[in-house]
Amino acid sequence: MKAFHLRVNGERKSVTVDPSTPLLWVLREELHMTGTKYGCGIGACGACAVHLGGLATRSCLVPVSLIGDRDVVTIEAMSHDAVGRIVQNAWVDKDVVQCGYCQSGQIMSVVALLKSNRAPSDTNIEESLGGNLCRCGTYVRIREAVKSAATKLA
Amino acid sequence: MNRRAFFRVSAAAAGGVLVSMYFDLPPLAQEKAAITYPPDAFVHVRPDGRIVITINRCELGQGVATALSMILADEMDAAWSQVVAELAPAADIYKDPVYGFQNTGGSATIANSFRQYRELGARTRAMLIATAADRWHVSPADCRAATSIVHGPAGQLARYGELADDAARRAIPAKVALKTASEFRIIGKPTRRLDSRAKCDGSQKFGIDLQLPGMLIAVVARPPVFGGRVKAFDDHEARAVPGIRDVFEIPLVHGSGIAVVADRFWTAKQARDRLKIDWDLSGIEHADSSELSKRYKDLARTAGKVAVNTGDATALDRVAMENRIVAEYEFPYLAHTPMEPLNATVRFDGDRAEAWVGSQFPTYDRAAVADVLALKPEQVDFHIEFAGGGFGRRQSFDSNVSREAAAIAKRMRGTPVKLIWTREDDVQGGYYRPMFVHRVEAGIGDDGLPVAWRHVVVGQSYVIGSPFESFLVKNGVDFDAVTGTADMPYSVPNVNITVHHPKVNVPASQWRSIGSTHNAFVVETLIDELATHANADPIAYRLKLLKPEAQRLRAALALLEQKSGWRNNLPPGHALGIACNQYQGTAVATAAEVSVENKRARIHRVTVALHCGLAVNPLSIESQFQGGIIFGLTQIVAKGAITLKNGRVEQRNFDGFAPPYIGDAPVTIDVHIVPSDEAPTGAGEPPVPVIAPAAVNALFRLTGTRYRTLPLVAAL
Amino acid sequence: MFLADADGLAAWQKIYSVLTSPRCINCHTATNYPQQGDDRHRHFANVIRGPQDKGVVALNCATCHQSTNADSTGVPGAHGWHLAPLSMKWQDLNDRPLPSSEVCRSVKSQLDGPHLLKHHEGEALVLWSWSPGRRPDGTMRTLPPMTHPEFVEATRQWLKAGRPCP
Repeated sequence: MKAFHLRVNGERKSVTVDPSTPLLWVLREELHMTGTKYGCGIGACGACAVHLGGLATRSCLVPVSLIGDRDVVTIEAMSHDAVGRIVQNAWVDKDVVQCGYCQSGQIMSVVALLKSNRAPSDTNIEESLGGNLCRCGTYVRIREAVKSAATKLA
Repeated sequence: MNRRAFFRVSAAAAGGVLVSMYFDLPPLAQEKAAITYPPDAFVHVRPDGRIVITINRCELGQGVATALSMILADEMDAAWSQVVAELAPAADIYKDPVYGFQNTGGSATIANSFRQYRELGARTRAMLIATAADRWHVSPADCRAATSIVHGPAGQLARYGELADDAARRAIPAKVALKTASEFRIIGKPTRRLDSRAKCDGSQKFGIDLQLPGMLIAVVARPPVFGGRVKAFDDHEARAVPGIRDVFEIPLVHGSGIAVVADRFWTAKQARDRLKIDWDLSGIEHADSSELSKRYKDLARTAGKVAVNTGDATALDRVAMENRIVAEYEFPYLAHTPMEPLNATVRFDGDRAEAWVGSQFPTYDRAAVADVLALKPEQVDFHIEFAGGGFGRRQSFDSNVSREAAAIAKRMRGTPVKLIWTREDDVQGGYYRPMFVHRVEAGIGDDGLPVAWRHVVVGQSYVIGSPFESFLVKNGVDFDAVTGTADMPYSVPNVNITVHHPKVNVPASQWRSIGSTHNAFVVETLIDELATHANADPIAYRLKLLKPEAQRLRAALALLEQKSGWRNNLPPGHALGIACNQYQGTAVATAAEVSVENKRARIHRVTVALHCGLAVNPLSIESQFQGGIIFGLTQIVAKGAITLKNGRVEQRNFDGFAPPYIGDAPVTIDVHIVPSDEAPTGAGEPPVPVIAPAAVNALFRLTGTRYRTLPLVAAL
Repeated sequence: MFLADADGLAAWQKIYSVLTSPRCINCHTATNYPQQGDDRHRHFANVIRGPQDKGVVALNCATCHQSTNADSTGVPGAHGWHLAPLSMKWQDLNDRPLPSSEVCRSVKSQLDGPHLLKHHEGEALVLWSWSPGRRPDGTMRTLPPMTHPEFVEATRQWLKAGRPCP
């Protein structure tokens, strides 16, 4: 067990955990932030996506010992983020969600995409979200919502 | 006409043998003809005007929390903006009115609770109006209600929030008047979901997110072969992991395993990885997919138990070989893999227990928890959580996940324990859509229409040995396994359908649209072959062949024709595939545009037309159909199969079993609903069966090959 | 001083056997995707090359791969994890290793002797191949067919022999 000092959604957080603990479980069980989800544990589904040092990252794979001083941003911060808010509103407007379990990860991935590319093409969307699994099959509306959000950013 | 009889009639009209089978339930499950559901168990109006509607289902993503709320709120004349939905706990009052047990499945929610929730809304409204009328000393008939306000004849006004307490004290009216369809304000309008925002900002809690004071986490090491038992185990390395609370053997529904309990998931998982377990794998079948394939194919060449036998069973023998199609099909095990891993939380206090489960099967799951804890079901407070997808996996007949959680809670008495199945546990843990082999011989008449159909279906039954055996299994035939074939909507004289149900040591269960997943594939690809053989348009051929009573399918096909004009203008290298199916009363027809790209099928667009009676929430129906089509693609994507070798499941996680990602799905799925005021039927499962046959029918036009073994693993 | 051609070619064969072993060749693809595993199957979750060989936004290599191996979660890592550029592909579009002669000529055209030696000696991603970490199932990834020092020595020998190609 070791103490780690993190910066999560702009706040300093200290946790004492086994250094091998993935960031995902630090968020969920030490910080009680359950918006970031466990879907597979091997980075194959994207449900655990957060932003680490500004980069979309699959938190199930990153042991807390490798975080260093990189900022952690989670779904819980998205309603206070200019792009995040636009994406969430597009998601609600287009009635994207079904069970919703994958959507934190989808939204975090989309926010990363839109922050990098304000006018993504169908191909851009498909490639960037290519590894985010939705078992309910909301992909059709996800595409529409991303495009809708992009128009608000223009 | 009472409700059950109505469904019998409509079942017969659709030619749906299975539908009436579902309703052929024993006395305890029959709908009590005039049951009056008490509004106070289903709707609570707060003084501030908030309306909390209690949903007698699990919200799995299918949108029932919103749809049932719409139904009740409309009849109640409630302000929609004030409505919130909550999930009911397990209790008799929340049983499915037709099935007689609490359930989310069979695409039956709206069909079975439509009238129930309408009456609840209408009763509530009547009681609110009567309360206001009393206060104003006027007749209720002179009052009207709209958007949570009662209006009196002389301009009086009272908000529901002010009236609710007094209204709740009134006697529940025995009779209520329901709206006519033209009076609906909410029902029938595309309505956004109530739970959207919470699911977009991380605040929605699922079962796996539950956090209780003092709660512990458990994972279970399960045998590598189903039914294996712990012979011996060495846990000293496991116990050395800081935070471990206990390690102990528990019975499983199949065999036994080792539970590891810790204060954190990661701790429990690390400890489990350090267990050294000596498994006793003797005396149990080590199922193997290639062996099963061979065994099933041999069985398929012999007649089994009779499911359907109409006309003359020897008619086929008189059809010349060149006028017969002989086709053999093979379908693998399929995993559900809902995005939220399976989980259940239980706390056992000796004389009571409490459970939190995203359950599709609460009556039975609660009884299972009680059984393990030697309690009565009433001694278990069973909460139903929002679930991250179900698709049938949260409805397994043996309640295996709840049972495991209860067994662990029993040992950790007084402490709530959350059992989590890792994704590996889920992919390898069984309860799959079973493997199936079909062998069909269809004889073609001079007019190009089928004159005889001999069909053998081989696959294990998860209903035999379950509480539902007596309802769904007749003469040794599990009708779950022949949904889509036994009730085929086509007029074919001389139909002989038989089944074999081999016993296999692989737990199986219902997978979204159950038997239709493979039966509709066989029927719809074979019909396509027949149409090709007759040089006929695939839609026209179906219309010609459909039974006269298949009115919903006709309507769906007609609407499909109308809305898929694009099918006559396909770019080079693209082809069209058509398929249709009726499931639990809902008729679906689809057109898929397919090309081959990078040696794989690429589906560019799909048009779906459906008839589900009254469309309560068209926006939700559209999402279920888009989602269900994509779910159905699991059957054809290259890694959409669970296989076993020497008893062991070969796939571990989404790397080995890969359901459809965004790149596998068409960009566009446009959904069209036949307008109707008929009683509504479901939307959850009906879309699933049609996409695999439609895609494969298109592939034939591109490659000249009829793909009869799924998934499409090889390069095209 | 040049070694006999045969010795040089033997040295090259050693290099080639390493380059085409899974830990190396999985990222030296001709396609728009990496491979993984000893069976060199296509990397899961539809990860793709991207315009700078680093994946695409939201699915960059660094989305999962950190600067060191994460043995507890089974993800390999090294500084600057990314795909070798297409110019350094060691396989064809059907995921089959290119013949030795082709790879040899390609290597010669990519890097001169000193740079090649430096690459083989000290490049983080190359070094990674010899401590590739633990798979998610807990087993250790297999190593290239010789030790790193042997690989470097073979490289020296090949350079000394004048970089002969078969």
